[in-house]
Amino acid sequence: MSAALQLLRREMAIAWGRGGGLLVTGGFFAGATLLLPLASGPEPERLAQIAPGAAWTVLALSALLGLERLFERDFEDGALDLMAHAGLALEFTCALKCLGHWLATGAPLALLAPVAAIALGASPALAPLLFACALAGGLAFAFTGGIGAALSLGARRGGLLTAVIVLPLFVPPVIFGGGALDAFTAGMPWRAGFALLCAYAAAAVALGPLAMAAACRNALS
Amino acid sequence: MTLTLQIEDLALSRGGRRLFSGLGLRMEPGQACALTGANGSGKTSLLRAVAGLCAVDSGRIAFGNADPASARASSLHLLGHLDGLKASRTAGEELAFWTGWQGGTPSAMAAAVRRLDLHRLLDLEVRRLSAGQRRRLALARLLSAPRPLWLLDEPLSPLDARWRAEALEIMAGHLSGGGLILAAVHDPLPLAALALEITT
Repeated sequence: MSAALQLLRREMAIAWGRGGGLLVTGGFFAGATLLLPLASGPEPERLAQIAPGAAWTVLALSALLGLERLFERDFEDGALDLMAHAGLALEFTCALKCLGHWLATGAPLALLAPVAAIALGASPALAPLLFACALAGGLAFAFTGGIGAALSLGARRGGLLTAVIVLPLFVPPVIFGGGALDAFTAGMPWRAGFALLCAYAAAAVALGPLAMAAACRNALS
Repeated sequence: MTLTLQIEDLALSRGGRRLFSGLGLRMEPGQACALTGANGSGKTSLLRAVAGLCAVDSGRIAFGNADPASARASSLHLLGHLDGLKASRTAGEELAFWTGWQGGTPSAMAAAVRRLDLHRLLDLEVRRLSAGQRRRLALARLLSAPRPLWLLDEPLSPLDARWRAEALEIMAGHLSGGGLILAAVHDPLPLAALALEITT
C-alpha cells in the first residue's frame, strides 16, 4: 500500500512540477473561457445562456492538456519498464497514474469551472452542480484520456494522436454533464444526467486501467 | 532467496527481423554471465525478454521452479540504458521512491548511499547529475532492494576507472551472496564465469 501512496505522491509532484502543470492547465482554461464572449458578443443574456455549457466544454478540452505526458515521460526514461516488471500490477499502476493526474489538475479545475461560469453570467445557484459535474467528469476524462495516452505511446506527435483518440470518448460525459446543467438551469429534473455522468466515470475508472495496461505492455514489447 | 535461470532454445524477433534462435543458458546461484555480441545483435532484447517485457517467438525462460510472473515481480532487477530516473526530481526522492517500489528498506538504502558515495548528490535534481553519477544512483537501487537476479545492460560504460572497480566489487559481492548476474557487455567482465555470445 505504501508503494501505491508513494506512486501517487510522485505522480502529483511530477504533474505540479516543472513545465507548468496546474498553472498551464488553469491558464488555458481561463483563457479559452475568455475567448467565448469575444466570439459570441457581449450581450449578457446570451452569455448567461451558454455559460454553463461553455465552461463544461472548455473543461473537457483542458483535460487533454497534460494527458500527452502521462505515460510518455515514463516510457521515454525507462521508468515504465521498471513499473511493468516489478512492484504493483500494471493495471493498478495505470489507475494510480490517472488518479494522480486527476488530483493534480482535474480536481483543481473543478474549483475553477463554477468561477468561470459565474464570470460569464451563469446563475450562482448552478455552482454546486457544476462543481460536482466537473469532479465526476474530470475523473471520466482522466481515465478515458489515459487510454488514449497509453495507445499513442511511441508515436510521433503523440499528443495530437491522444486528442484524436480521446475526443470521441469524451462525447458521452460531455452530453450527460451538459444535459444535467441545462436541465438544472431550466428548472427541470437534472438528476438523471448527473447519475449517467457518474456511471460513465465509474465505468471509466473500472475498465480504463485494463486497456491502459494492455496498451503499455504492447508499447514496451 | 536463491534463484536459478534456465533459457532453452530461445528465439527472438524485433520489428519482424529474427535476432537469434536456439539460444540456451543455465545459471546457478553465484554465477555471472557476460553477454556479448555485435551492436543490434539482441543483447538488450534478451535482457528484456528475461524481465518479461518483450514476447519471445519460441523457447522457454524459467526461474527454477518459481512462478515466472512472481519471480519477475520480486526477484530481478533490470538496469538498462534508460534508468527510469526522472530528470525533474532529486536524486534522493527518486532513490527513495524506487527503493519502496521494489520492496527495499530504508536501512538498505542508507547502506547503498554510503557504498556508492551518493550523500552529496541526494539533494540535486537528477538532471544535474553526470552520466556516471546517474549510473551510480541506478546501481544504488540494486543494493537498496536485495533481489537475486541482476540484468545489467552495459553497467560499466559511463563509469570512471575508480567506479568501474567499485562496481565490479559490488557485483562480486552480489555473486558471493548467491546472486546471479546476466550482463550485456562489450569488454569481457573480469568476474564472469560464463560467456554467451549472440550470433545470428
